[in-house]
Formats: sequence, structure tokens, C-alpha cells
Amino acid sequence: MTAAEPRVSLLGTSALLFEAPGETDLRTQRRIWSLAREAETWPEVCEAVPGVNNLLVSFTKPPRRLSGLTERLAMAWQAAEPLPLAGRIFELPVVYGGDGGPHMADVVAHTKLSVDEIVAIHSEPVYPVYALGSHPGYCYLGGMDPRIATPRRKVPIVRLPGGAVSIGGAQTGVSASDGPSGWNTIGTTSMRFFDVTLDPPALLQPGDGIVFKVAGIIR
Amino acid sequence: MIEILSQTALATVQDIGRFGALRWGVGTAGAMDRMALVCGNLLLGNEEGAAAIEAQVFPFELRFDADCAFALTGADCAATLDGVPLPPWSAAKTRSGAVLRLGLPVSGKWRGARAYLCVAGGIDVPIALGSRSTQLRGAIGGLEGRALKQGDRLPLVPSIAGSPGPLEIGLVPPALAMPLEVDGCAAVRVLPAAEYDCFTQASRDALWSASWKITPQSDRYGFRLAGPNLEPLAPMEMRSHGIVPGVIQVPHGGQPIVQMCDAQPSGGYPKIGTVIEADLWRLGQAPIGSSVRFIETDWDGALAAGDETRNWLAEVRRLLDLYRTRSLGR
Repeated sequence: MTAAEPRVSLLGTSALLFEAPGETDLRTQRRIWSLAREAETWPEVCEAVPGVNNLLVSFTKPPRRLSGLTERLAMAWQAAEPLPLAGRIFELPVVYGGDGGPHMADVVAHTKLSVDEIVAIHSEPVYPVYALGSHPGYCYLGGMDPRIATPRRKVPIVRLPGGAVSIGGAQTGVSASDGPSGWNTIGTTSMRFFDVTLDPPALLQPGDGIVFKVAGIIR
Repeated sequence: MIEILSQTALATVQDIGRFGALRWGVGTAGAMDRMALVCGNLLLGNEEGAAAIEAQVFPFELRFDADCAFALTGADCAATLDGVPLPPWSAAKTRSGAVLRLGLPVSGKWRGARAYLCVAGGIDVPIALGSRSTQLRGAIGGLEGRALKQGDRLPLVPSIAGSPGPLEIGLVPPALAMPLEVDGCAAVRVLPAAEYDCFTQASRDALWSASWKITPQSDRYGFRLAGPNLEPLAPMEMRSHGIVPGVIQVPHGGQPIVQMCDAQPSGGYPKIGTVIEADLWRLGQAPIGSSVRFIETDWDGALAAGDETRNWLAEVRRLLDLYRTRSLGR
């Protein structure tokens, strides 16, 4: 297998994972969105859910032979054109550091940057929503500056509060409710991302964008 | 109505699970032991996935405020109805006002961790995103999206089938009918996952040969296991991707975590394997402090395991139908 080929692996008997080759980028993600739309029309597919430059394909019932499905995926990927989803932009005020950003020191230690530099870099871009996942309403964002990338924590923490703005590897995101996480929390914001009574229940969708606005820095 | 009498923790309303909401970040939730849920519903002539109460902290006590039929499956908790012992894995009728008490899970040949109370018709809570299952994170489904507490009152779905028919019948628990053990230790079958080959040979061997202890930091979200450290050949940072219950993640610390029913639907830690869907109920019944073993399987082996449980359930369904038909004809 060369680096340019996508990779397919099993998630037990209930799903498979399709991973696009290459570096994480928006063009690839747009092709993933396109592939998801296609795969969801196949009868053996329950859901096709984009991740970050990858796609989870869950089965209505596990196929007896996998090769048919994996070959169709490979062909559909070859044919997939980038799907530009032009979404809305949401502005989120963030208080960086302090009690709401307990792992800022770890990001400082790893990146060798100052708190001010990390905040400036983190609050600069418009982050495209690549995918939803992790927990109800949570968004995976693309476009984080690699200078502030920080590895996930060695041991995940059991309860990260909702509104936590955090960095995990080369990604950043905002937790939508309290729960476990392996990411490094650098700040906090307040925003309601999920309401089960709405249709769709999640506030943001792939293709939307988030801007972090500095509401304060606690050093 | 059912009223919860005991000061309880971690008991929730669960059905077969919530499917089709991964796109909004909502996982499946659902009964940790689906076999127990389905069997309880079969005993009552319910829809197989009807909502039930899943109890995991004991003693657990409740009162029926209506005449109804119910079934108890899952862990054998030496249940009593108004003080009269009830056999495990069986259905019974009750009068309004009767008190059901579940004690500590009985140790013996098979000791479970979670008990299921199914009622004729099923527990009636609002359907959220296609399911009545409680998803604690995000407070979705169940009773107000939370665990049950003392004084809660749960309505029952009016039983469409009318009387479930004769009830003096029980089942052999699937853990006894289809046992799976290695060296006397409960076992589950595992399919290697994407990063399996990225772990050292010693770690891969240890996955299959070690007994993995279920630590107290284990719950419906995931089972954190203790055993030999699983070491990658080189550090890995994955891009976030969809995962499913059963996925065995290995965080950088080296101690694996098996994702369970309330697992988040995506993650980024390396995956060494996945407990197959057909064996998740076995793991769902493994008590904290006990140990489990992993058995390597392949796609065909995993499908065969699924066929085995499906066939067993089909036989249960057939025998129950036969029993009801004969009893009615008597």
C-alpha cells in the first residue's frame, strides 16, 4: 500500500473506518463529505459519519463478504469531488487560562510559547467545522496552527466541563457538555450547542465556521 | 406506574439503543446486556427492544402501582416480590402495591453485574431521536435524561398484546447456555483494529494472553482495564474518527479502555482491537474487580458468533411461542 491510498479497517462487526491519505486539509474533508452523501444511499449502510479526513460507515447488518463494500468505497472515493458546504460563522467569546483552562501550562511547556502567543495563534483563524462527534453537538474543527499542537493527555480526565476549549494533537474544539476527555483545556466559553427538541438537534453542522474571540486571559 | 423506593444510583431506562444519530454526536446508549433485555421482553411477548430498567447498584427496590406482568433477567439478584423469592430469568404477575426487591448479585457459576426489569408493554418515557434509552451525556432520552432516583414514577406502555399469556416459565441464562471462558476467566472475542500492527509484538501477545482486570473506573461509558502496559512501536497521534461500543483504545499511558454503550461516538486514541458486537453483552455483565480474557477472531469467526446468538434467540422465541400455544389450547 502506498501513502496515497486510502485505508480501510474494521471497527468490530458493526462498522468500518475509511481513512483518507495525506495531511489533514479542507479539500480532502470536502471529498469526505461527498463520499458520506454517496455511501449513505447504499442499502447495507446505516450511517456514514465524517470524522477528520475519515469516514465511519456503520452497517445495517454486517455484510457476509467485506470486499464488495470496500471496493465500492474505493471507487466512490476516486470519483468523489470536493463538496463545498458554505455554512454560517459563529463567534465564541473565550476566557483563556485560569480555572477554565487548567492545561494551558501543559501547552506552554510542550510548545515553548508564551500564554499570550498561544492565545493570539488560537484566536486568529476562522475554524471550519469538519465533523460532529465525541458527544452531542460537539464539533471537530480544522485549520489549527500546528505551532500550538499538543499531544493528548497520557490518561484521559474523567470530567471535562461543557464549554471547555481544548487542544488534542493537531486539533482544537469546544466541549458541548460535561464528560470525559483526553484533550488539553486552555479556556472556556458558554454556548448551547445541542437541543434534543430541535431538528436538527445540533446547532452546528459540517461546513459551518467558528471564530474564537478573546474575552479575557487569566495568566 | 412503577415507583422507585430505594435510594439508588446509576439505574436507568434503556431499550435496544439509539441508532442513526451519530451524525449529531449522539452515541447508541442502550442496555449493556442486550441479550438480557431481549430475553426479558420475549418472556412477556413484548417488542424485543422495548424499554426496561437497568439496575447496577443494589439493593434496588420499587413498587408496582398497577396489576401487571414483569420479567427479571440479567444478574441474579435473589429477587423477592413482597418477600416471596422469585426465580431468575423468569416472568411473573404482580398485583398493584407489591414491592419488588433486588439484592446483591448472587455469586455462583455465573455472577452478573446488571439486572433488567422488563414490564408487559415496556417502560413509557418519551422517545428521543428514535429511542427511549437514557444518554446521560447531553441528558437525552430516559426519564429527563438522567439516572433514576428515589420517588421517581415511571409510566408503562399499555400492553397492545393484551395478556402476555401464561407466565410460569423461565430461561436458561445465555451465559450458561453459551459459556465463553479461558482458564476459568470470562472471555470475549476481539477483531484486531486499525492500529493493532503498530504495537510491539510483546504487547500484541499480551493482549491475548493476559487477564485484564476491570478497574473501579469502569462504567457505562467504558471499562478501564488493568494489566500489562501495551506499548506502541512509535508514538501515535490519530485524527479523530468515529468509533463504536467495543473498541479497545490504548491511551498513551498504555492501559486499555474498552468503549461501552454510553461511549462517545468518536475518538482519537490508537485502537488495538474491537470486542465483537455478539459478545458485548458478556462484557456488560462483567463485575468491577473481575478479570476478562480476549480471544482473537477474524471476520468469519465474528459473523459465526453473531449467528450463534441470533439462532439461540430464535430458538427461545420458538419455544416460548410453542409453550404459549399449548397452554392456551389446554
